[in-house]
Amino acid sequence: MIPLSWYLLLSATLFCLGIVGFLVRRNLITIFMSIELMLNGVNLSFVTFAHQWHLVKGQIFVFFVMVVAAAEAAVGLAIIIAIFRARATLAVDRIDLMKL
Amino acid sequence: MHLILFIVFAGLCLAGALNLLLQKHPINSALSLVVVMTSLAVLYLLLGAEFLAAAQIIVYAGAIMVLFTFVIMLLNAGREERTLGSKAAVALGFPAVAAILAVIATVILKAQDLGSVSLSDGITSTEELSRVLFHELLLPFEVTSVLILIAILGAVSLARKGHGDQEAGK
Repeated sequence: MIPLSWYLLLSATLFCLGIVGFLVRRNLITIFMSIELMLNGVNLSFVTFAHQWHLVKGQIFVFFVMVVAAAEAAVGLAIIIAIFRARATLAVDRIDLMKL
Repeated sequence: MHLILFIVFAGLCLAGALNLLLQKHPINSALSLVVVMTSLAVLYLLLGAEFLAAAQIIVYAGAIMVLFTFVIMLLNAGREERTLGSKAAVALGFPAVAAILAVIATVILKAQDLGSVSLSDGITSTEELSRVLFHELLLPFEVTSVLILIAILGAVSLARKGHGDQEAGK
């Protein structure tokens, strides 16, 4: 028997590690991977609550999150390739064309 | 048994996530993200979500991470450098995120009637999941297929050769 809160704490920790990665890392691809990490953390809490209340809809929500994440990864990586073609860098500090 | 499995794979999960942050090279971060996703699949299995465990491995650890490693190798991404912005992000980001984590953890730990997970609670059958997905939620499911189609078209048109050259030529 494992307390449900352990799963939720793990999920919160994964989400927060994702935020840290998003803020601290300076590489465009690593920032994108941190976003995937945050999505995974949220998915874990969805599955945990779906288990607790014996509702299958929580799992279906995770399925939809996976679909959206796949679409997002495809479009995001295409944008990263386009940026790299135009600017020849992946460092977010150098991609500042729209900065005031 | 359940406890051992949980501790091993939760530990792997956290270690992978930390490694993602600490590694300097993107390819190492991508490989540690694969570890995170695979151990999450085992945790889904412990929670009785067998279909999601399979989908997690196939979609996330398989398709999405292959896409990531492909792009990292295609663009020949190197080590990232420290800049002024990253120092500011470290100084401001860590306390802020620690505060967020503290708030969430307090909320979770204060909740009294959360209950616990046992392995014998039964696995949600894929049959039940598909019945809900294809009867009640058929319209959202079909809409996601349109979403995927739009994503494919968008990815192709964005990554097409000549798009970036046009921008550079202006």
